[in-house]
Amino acid sequence: MRATAAEETQTGGLVLLCVAAWAIPGAGHLWLGRRSKGLVFLIALALMFVLGLALRGRLFPFDLSEPLVCLAAVADVGIGLIYLVASALGYGAGDVRAVTYEYGNTFLIVAGLLNVLVVIDACDIAVGRK
Amino acid sequence: MRSHLVLLVIFAFLVSLVFAVLTKDDLREQMRFGGMLFAGFVVTALVLGWLMYPFPR
Repeated sequence: MRATAAEETQTGGLVLLCVAAWAIPGAGHLWLGRRSKGLVFLIALALMFVLGLALRGRLFPFDLSEPLVCLAAVADVGIGLIYLVASALGYGAGDVRAVTYEYGNTFLIVAGLLNVLVVIDACDIAVGRK
Repeated sequence: MRSHLVLLVIFAFLVSLVFAVLTKDDLREQMRFGGMLFAGFVVTALVLGWLMYPFPR
């Protein structure tokens, strides 16, 4: 019974770690004591996302009728809370006429996908795979 | 900021930085791997750009 309770506690901690790592880029690594890595992820990924918005990229909606738009939305959400804050504040409407529109989309999508990799890395470190 | 080259370099730098820090633990290895990635991104983009140059728009 004790082992099961400990495993449950570990699993709960792991889930919390992954949620924190998703919500704030680099938070998982900071939590695990890898400060320099966590700070690099926090600064680089947040900068990529902000640049994507500044370049008039679009935060894609979850539109199931358009699979590619839906996939882009999934990638965008990967960046975590910044996505929700930016959406709530009305950023990320996108301007398809802007020269930098596609660059902005690329920055936003790649920032989200890289944060997903960072979350997986934090999870691997936590379970001792790395 | 409308320069495609500047945007390409910024993108390549940030992605290389994250990948290098993500995959390597030693600072020297991170610098080496990140530099190679960055150079690979920029050189590949320039080569592909010039290869497409003869084609009509």
